[in-house]
Amino acid sequence: MTAAAVPAPGAFRKCGATGLLVHSRAEWLIKLNAVTAVVALLIGASAALLLVLTRWQAVHLLPAVWYYRLLGVHGMNMLIFFIIYFEMAVLWFAGTVLLNSRPAAPRFGFFNFGLMVVGSLLILWMQFSGKADVLFTSYPPLKADPIYYLGIILFAVGGLCVVGQYFATLVIARREKTYVGSQPLVVYGATTAAIIAVVTLLHGALVYIPTFLWSVGLIPAVDPEVYRLLWWALGHSSQQINVAAMVAIWYMLGGLTVGAVVLNEKVSRSAFVLYILFISMASAHHLLVDPGFGPAWKIVNTSYFMYMAVLASMVHGFTVPAGMELGMRLRGFTDGLFGWLRRAPWGDPGFSALVLSVVVFGFFGGITGVTIGTEQINILAHNTLRIPGHFHATVVSGTAMAFMGATYYLLPLIFQRKVAFWKVARIQPYLFAGGMLMVEMGMTFAGSFGVPRRHWDISFSQAAFDVQFNPVVDLFLALMGIGGILAVTGALAFILIAVKSVFLGEKVTEFPRGSAIAGIPQGLTNPPVHAANVDEINEQLHAPSRGWMGATPGTVVLVGVFFLAFILYYFTNWKLLSFLWKIG
Amino acid sequence: MLTKVHTGLEPVPGVWWKPAHKAEKIWVAVAFVWCMILFAMMPLWHWKGGQNPSGVRRRVDPKAFYARTVAFANQYKVGEDKGLPIVAPPAGADVYVTALTFQWYPILKLERGKEYTLHLSSLDVNHGFSLFPINVNFQVVPGYDYGLRVTPTATGDFRILCNEFCGIGHHTMVGRVIVVDEAGRTVSDNAAAAVGQGGQP
Ligand code: HEM
Ligand SMILES: [Cu+2]
Ligand SMILES: [Cu+2]
Repeated sequence: MTAAAVPAPGAFRKCGATGLLVHSRAEWLIKLNAVTAVVALLIGASAALLLVLTRWQAVHLLPAVWYYRLLGVHGMNMLIFFIIYFEMAVLWFAGTVLLNSRPAAPRFGFFNFGLMVVGSLLILWMQFSGKADVLFTSYPPLKADPIYYLGIILFAVGGLCVVGQYFATLVIARREKTYVGSQPLVVYGATTAAIIAVVTLLHGALVYIPTFLWSVGLIPAVDPEVYRLLWWALGHSSQQINVAAMVAIWYMLGGLTVGAVVLNEKVSRSAFVLYILFISMASAHHLLVDPGFGPAWKIVNTSYFMYMAVLASMVHGFTVPAGMELGMRLRGFTDGLFGWLRRAPWGDPGFSALVLSVVVFGFFGGITGVTIGTEQINILAHNTLRIPGHFHATVVSGTAMAFMGATYYLLPLIFQRKVAFWKVARIQPYLFAGGMLMVEMGMTFAGSFGVPRRHWDISFSQAAFDVQFNPVVDLFLALMGIGGILAVTGALAFILIAVKSVFLGEKVTEFPRGSAIAGIPQGLTNPPVHAANVDEINEQLHAPSRGWMGATPGTVVLVGVFFLAFILYYFTNWKLLSFLWKIG
Repeated sequence: MLTKVHTGLEPVPGVWWKPAHKAEKIWVAVAFVWCMILFAMMPLWHWKGGQNPSGVRRRVDPKAFYARTVAFANQYKVGEDKGLPIVAPPAGADVYVTALTFQWYPILKLERGKEYTLHLSSLDVNHGFSLFPINVNFQVVPGYDYGLRVTPTATGDFRILCNEFCGIGHHTMVGRVIVVDEAGRTVSDNAAAAVGQGGQP
């Protein structure tokens, strides 16, 4: 990797709140990627509104062609563009700012960003002109225009190169000794995401290059099942990028908002490593009721070799809240089991987004995901609305919510602007998460009655045979519809806040300590510092006399509740499965 | 023994491989045991449970599979509905259903409590087999024959929805499966099943 010459001293500025060094080129790369992510979110959220108003059968807004077309647009803009541009911003942020480093080859970074934008524009052009009505999975033999596949390849190549630059930046930081000791945990998480990104993007090349060649007629056919295998090795494994990036942000926001501490580096870091080890196996989640694979393959793969990635998530599900609890206790909020929660900064959108992300991801996304990803239970769920019900709880309520929370801190820290519409910002996470939760519940319950996903008309008015769903389904779809309107309002509010802050926001460079200032999250003006004798207090909190619940009894209770919910949901689904026809 | 207190944003000086605290250890152990249970449930269900997506699986030529389906339909045809043959194979038979844009061919008439091997495949693109209203779902992939041994446990007039996007007419793709009792009646003991018009079950 070609590294630019040693930067001029003026290339860095010192952050007024954290004291970290911010390189101007890196700052630009972060800004460009973040703004593009927000544009993608705008397109995706507009499509979401129309989709949700179509799936709400009582409203049934769009004509069939536009429903399917916008479904493709929504999937692409949200899952691919919004999430990946934001992750590019996270990589630049973690690699440079958190390590006080300069970026590796920033010009090449701008070039790669350009490549990704060109790719995105080609994809959107094809989708909107109706030359790629194949949804974002584009299972062959459904065929799109070659330009569509080309766009994806350009986007992926750009992304892969940025990941390469991230690793180069880590090397630079290490060589130039910009920090002492081991990488911070947040950077370690970002590195995990980057490693997984390499693996998944290589699968992407494996699947899209032949498909492109097929679309231009150079190879006769693409095997539909092999495509599904490789596509999901890209599509599902990349969700592990999102999980890793999200967990990294959890640790970051925890630190910034309440002074969350890392309980044990070994445990948290080992959990990240587990994400990497078994990653390519995730493809199986989508192939559990496919004809191409046998039971042994399905069992080993769907469980990431005995659920080791689930173990990792359950570990983070403990260490993140426990770190927050301990951080609060170390700052003196020690009353009772949940005093630390009661006295947390609920009006700080960075904090509320963090908590909502952890809770919905864990309780809803995690539990449903493991359950429907079980080989046999998948018979009940495959391609029903339960599937989008699940992944909106993971990638939307989890990852997207975490990204939004991070943005409230990035705006003052990187863009050096106050957060605009501060009053709105304070409730935005609740609005978005609340609406999304209704969407997820509505979809999950409707799906349990067999309502298919990706389906324009479940009244089957044009079908040969009549189909009548249980009337309660209408109720669930209405729940989804109303929730969708709320969630889209929350997303649009976020976009408005972000755009206004970035382009018209009030400049901030100083963060006067101790005063609450509208537009600056409290973690910056009232940083959650620990007392000077914090290590001593920490020893006391960990005294064996405090029993097995140790320093974080509140979290122990919370994960206990989580665990019971998990067991209940999981075995209920086995019970439901046993009522079906006999199949083998 | 504890690492110095720090957040996830700070670099960690020195060795961070330190022993975990008790509560953390317990949770990791509990989670690990749970993961093993999650894992064990799947082989266990293959052994003791009645619903598994195993089947017999092989590659086929889509056209040959369709031809086989047509031959099967002609062999056991007992009626017709909406232009599709109603086919009543004997118990234990190999039963064929082809998915094609946008229909499920043919209509099946099966007997409750009898086992059949239901072969699913597609003539063109991916489709999704979704048996309504009992909600049994399988992916139907062109070029692959998925032979599932099924035993209907209830009589009724069932539908096959398509739940994989297969083109702009995807939402019109509905097939039909009739399950009768030993005497040949569709006494519906699943009240939620939609009852179709036309055809002589
Ligand atoms: C803003 C609030 C959102 C609402 C109301 C919403 C709603 C919906 C709806 C109604 C569908 C169609 C389900 C179907 O008919 O099969 C859908 C699909 C989907 N959504 Fe969202 N969504 C939102 C945000 C997001 C975000 C932020 C992401 C990703 C980060 C996302 C990813 C997806 C994906 C991947 C699909 C599947 C597309 C397909 O089946 O091809 N959504 N969403
Ligand atoms: Cu179909
Ligand atoms: Cu279809």
